[in-house]
Amino acid sequence: MGTQPNAKGTESAQSHVLELDPELPPPAVDDAVREAEERRWTPGKVALWVAISLLGAVAWFMVALVRGETVNAIWFVFAAVCTYLIGYRFYSKVIERYLLKPDDRRATPAEYKADGKDYVRTDRNVLFGHHFAAIAGAGPLVGPIIAAQMGYLPGTIWIIIGVVLAGAVQDYLVMFFSMRRGGRSLGQMAREELGVIGGTAALVATLLIMIIIVAILALVVVNALGESPWGVLSVGMTIPIALFMGVYLRFIRPGKVMEVSIIGFVLLMAAIIGGGMVASTEWGASFFHLDKTTIAWGIIAYGFVAAILPVWLLLAPRDYLSTFMKIGVIVMLALAIIVVRPEITVPAFSEFAGREQGPVFSGALFPFLFVTIACGALSGFHALISSGTTPKLIEKERQARFIGYGGMLMESFVAIMALVAAISIDRGIYFAMNAPAALTGGTVETAAQWVNSLGLTGVNLAPSDLAETARNVGEPSIVSRSGGAPTLAVGLAHIMQQFIGGTSMMAFWYHFAIMFEALFILTAVDAGTRVARFMLQDSIGNFVPKFKDTSWRPGAWICTAVMVGAWGAVLLMGVTDPLGGINTLFPLFGIANQLLAAIALAVCMAIAAKQGSFKFLWIVGAPLAFAAVVTITASFHKIFSPVPAVGYFANNAAFAKALADGKTSFGTAKTAAAMEAVVRNTMVQGVLSVVFVVLSIIVIIAAIVATLKAFRNGGGHNHEDTPRPSRVFAPSGLFPTAAERELAAAWANVPAAKRLDRAGHH
Amino acid sequence: MKPFAGALAETPTRSLPGTLLRGFRGFAAYFRGVMGADAYGKYLEHHEASGHPAAPMTEGQFWRDRMDRQDSNPQGRCC
Repeated sequence: MGTQPNAKGTESAQSHVLELDPELPPPAVDDAVREAEERRWTPGKVALWVAISLLGAVAWFMVALVRGETVNAIWFVFAAVCTYLIGYRFYSKVIERYLLKPDDRRATPAEYKADGKDYVRTDRNVLFGHHFAAIAGAGPLVGPIIAAQMGYLPGTIWIIIGVVLAGAVQDYLVMFFSMRRGGRSLGQMAREELGVIGGTAALVATLLIMIIIVAILALVVVNALGESPWGVLSVGMTIPIALFMGVYLRFIRPGKVMEVSIIGFVLLMAAIIGGGMVASTEWGASFFHLDKTTIAWGIIAYGFVAAILPVWLLLAPRDYLSTFMKIGVIVMLALAIIVVRPEITVPAFSEFAGREQGPVFSGALFPFLFVTIACGALSGFHALISSGTTPKLIEKERQARFIGYGGMLMESFVAIMALVAAISIDRGIYFAMNAPAALTGGTVETAAQWVNSLGLTGVNLAPSDLAETARNVGEPSIVSRSGGAPTLAVGLAHIMQQFIGGTSMMAFWYHFAIMFEALFILTAVDAGTRVARFMLQDSIGNFVPKFKDTSWRPGAWICTAVMVGAWGAVLLMGVTDPLGGINTLFPLFGIANQLLAAIALAVCMAIAAKQGSFKFLWIVGAPLAFAAVVTITASFHKIFSPVPAVGYFANNAAFAKALADGKTSFGTAKTAAAMEAVVRNTMVQGVLSVVFVVLSIIVIIAAIVATLKAFRNGGGHNHEDTPRPSRVFAPSGLFPTAAERELAAAWANVPAAKRLDRAGHH
Repeated sequence: MKPFAGALAETPTRSLPGTLLRGFRGFAAYFRGVMGADAYGKYLEHHEASGHPAAPMTEGQFWRDRMDRQDSNPQGRCC
């Protein structure tokens, strides 16, 4: 719609001098005024930050150092929030001031490319919520739970410190650099900054990583729904509900998003309650009692259909439902934790913190804790969201700190709450739920016996405890419900029933939690498959031009089938794995996600170096080095470790040897066929690890080469869009400063017609 | 640009129900913004401001176009 800048606009921008319209108020607070405001420390301001620091210090002391019988969950909340506030106020400010140097006199893409559709200036607070809803999903709810095997402290420290120094930094940098480049995607930026080899490696790695991430998220859903008639029914009902919402929005009441979301939410609650009623009948229990393999095939079929159906029919309404639930659930969880304040009895470091072979995930604390918790501390997947979508909506450059850095702090807070929910349940129950059936034996008696044999301090689990918990949450069994989601659901039900409803409501809260986790994950599966399909089509299109045409049905279907086939194969492998699936595959998920983070940070480092900001390159270099060391070490463990539980090839060799010796049962694999499956799975997993790590090393080396070249030349080619003068103003943070309020008032008096640069439009 | 401005202007001030109503409307307007329910309004605003001679799309057309464009420009959702 006639929104491209015309020749005249480009010409004036090429001069690189921002010629502001003298008839308008300035589009930015004067630098000197802003600096003075930032550096003026009034007694009130000093007192506030002293209080925040003291509260944070006390909270960290309570969480990390006091070794009482229990620790109250509220200290986790205070430690997290105070650290976030300090990180946001001071560290992100350092990044802004010395590395990124935003300039509010420059127009953002939302202003100079404004089209009313994709490029729209959006209120910063609204965009904060919007961006948060796009980045946060099931990831921060699952990783911290699996990592709780090692006790609460390692996970807590990594989530809180990691986000301040790494995760939020990555999101902020990627968002800012993409914003300066008209909202370009990470892949496009990688090609521009790292050249053909680095760019291609980044693209292939991203594609493979997306497959792994989608597969393992799907595995989490399968594990949560397997042998759970209630879960299958209520989650299955989300499909017809979404279809109904889609038709409603398309044909009955177009654009009534809130209305249809509320209707969808009510139907969803009805599905949970109705699901419980049907599952309690004999026919319901038998009809919806599906094994994991059947559910996996169901999700694969669903994934294919969802990715080829038009967006309006299934994906968009499901996304509305998912966003609606996300905001609601997170507010509710925060309220419940603050009101209930559960006492935590789990030790800071568990017996497994110093071992390599924990039952929930295998591998030593370093590096595997840091890959098990990816989302919430450092998540590479965010780089795909922070580039592309959100930068096209930012109103002013200075708002990127609030939205990018601040948005990731919020996700980290979700991870802390998930951790609190997981560690508020009994430790015996935690291990009985999260260990594979090969260890627990699958029944309450064998599971209790196995848990008690672990010799965990303070754990004495009776079979009746497991049976009673299962009864309370309305499930046939909770033994070996690995994957994190069921544990979170039990933890959440445990907290929520103290808040609303008592024990009789536990079953509802459990299935409510399973429902929203499944909803988040299936949304990510749909969207991930679709995005991956387009990436594949684009890549094949370089050789077979016909594939570039995304509306060409056969091409779309072939590429969708390839993508679904790829993640489906990994999913089935995880579901049927005699070793337990989640505990062997989840590290691969974390490694993939962190490798993507390393790729994103590597691209950011090259960009920062080309800008000539060498003195503050450590801001990017430090998290990049950490992510690279963690993921490459973890990959090397997975590839080269001689311990079969850790190394894929060691396990492969052990099982291959056992087969060659003619054994028909080895370890947890009870048949020759199961042993062959292990040989196959470990080979696939091992090869994937090798491919990931090689691709990532190529990207990182390409980035280091680009950085060194920039260092020799004192900078490099700047790929930013040409600066254009801004004709709007908006404050940068949550609360406007005095100077910002004053300037906003001046802008409020400007007649609307005058604000528009008509020369820039047709 | 200012999603709360309209909602806040009409409500009575300085009474408890008035304040609560304002708070609720502010929250509802914020939530609408986060969900993207106000997209058509923003499109109209842009259309009017840009002085485009053609008539804007109707609400039905706008949403149809928006969804159909998403078919070829998928947006990722995170884990």
